[in-house]
Amino acid sequence: MYPAGFDYLAPQSLDEALGILAERGDEVKILAGGQSLIPMMKLRFARPGTLVDINGIPGLDTIDIQNGHVRVQALARHADVVRSEVIKQENDLMAGAAPWVADPIVRNLGTVCGSLAHHDPEGDWASVMLALDAEVVAVSKEGVAHFHPGADGEQHIGGTRVIPIQEFLVDMFTTSLHPTELLTEVRVPRYERGGGNYQKLERKVGDYATVGVATHIELGDDDRITKAGIALTSVYAHNLKVKEAEQALVGNAPSEELFAEVGRIAASACDPASDNRGSADYKRHMVGLFTERSLAESVKIAQGGQS
Amino acid sequence: MNTTVTINGAAYSADVEPRLLLVDFIRGNAGLTGTHIGCDTTSCGVCTVLLDGTPVKSCTMFAVQANGRSITTVEGLKQNGQLSAMQEAFREHHGLQCGFCTPAMMLVGTALIEENPDPSEDDVRWGISGNLCRCTGYMNIVKAIQAAAEATREGASE
Repeated sequence: MYPAGFDYLAPQSLDEALGILAERGDEVKILAGGQSLIPMMKLRFARPGTLVDINGIPGLDTIDIQNGHVRVQALARHADVVRSEVIKQENDLMAGAAPWVADPIVRNLGTVCGSLAHHDPEGDWASVMLALDAEVVAVSKEGVAHFHPGADGEQHIGGTRVIPIQEFLVDMFTTSLHPTELLTEVRVPRYERGGGNYQKLERKVGDYATVGVATHIELGDDDRITKAGIALTSVYAHNLKVKEAEQALVGNAPSEELFAEVGRIAASACDPASDNRGSADYKRHMVGLFTERSLAESVKIAQGGQS
Repeated sequence: MNTTVTINGAAYSADVEPRLLLVDFIRGNAGLTGTHIGCDTTSCGVCTVLLDGTPVKSCTMFAVQANGRSITTVEGLKQNGQLSAMQEAFREHHGLQCGFCTPAMMLVGTALIEENPDPSEDDVRWGISGNLCRCTGYMNIVKAIQAAAEATREGASE
């Protein structure tokens, strides 16, 4: 299968890439790993006029700690996250989710930032980032005009925007990234005493999740939950952050009863479809079970049972 | 667009359309047909080649992306006219039935034991989980990769 024809540009610097985007942003797709984009182009679901390959831009593949955040840059591959010592030490949810993304060969090319920008509604990373309250950084040459509801309407924002993940992920295959912007990194806040993990039910390696549950919790000195993140994959029209479930956890001491209750909240918040991966009832049941199981595991990790 | 890709140590140049898939550059332009096309949808892994040593699916990459880079295909596994340890182990342990997935399995196995010289059965099964064998002949593929790892370890310690 062959995609429609396109112009191929391979800028060797960020400035050059942003210049191309400023000039022909509307027709551009950014090529990082290409593991979702190229299949979509081959099926002609996507027909970009210009493909801007950013793989030749130096200094965009780092995973590190900066200003109280763990930072994953645009060219860091899923496999880099799997192997990263920084991720192992800093973020249990990301470390736990990375080996479940796609398959080992796709992970060698596909990127975390690319997954977020692509925003397949059944992608794993969006749930992880929603649970972690991540932010993405978008840069452009001239800045973008940005509409702020409730403020003075249209405002001009400078060349770099920091966008909370919930504002970034608008709807399936839709983000708030402007056509002239390049997503350069995703970053998540560091934490003192916390834990997280990702539960994914899949029929086979490389398949979409039948059900996915991401949880992250942080504990205070008194062992009560100070912060909680829960997000679900493949059981709603898009990745679903379950705020009600998060709020039910905060301020409470972890317990089996509490997790069971939060599991029920998550199960009632989701709206899965019956398909060849399972019935809606089955998926809903698994959301409850996985939420309960995932929270127990996250607390165990936070309490030092396993890191 | 002028594109030069080094495949198994030899440079292949061609003026190609940007949409030419890497797998078709390898099979069509370079004439190396050991790299197979299976699903053509990034699922089956039979088109796997090593890009600067790392396994990638060549149906999900454009040839222009490999410009200036180095590719290893199954034809590049043999060393000095001899089968590599991985190829020898696949032969010895009958790590193939129809043979269609074999080039990719051997390349993935080669990259796997490079990174992990002593993989457990789980490590191998996890490592080849992006590659399908429609004959479901996984038992002997796993055995072959583990045997190749052992032979390579022994070869290195001699």
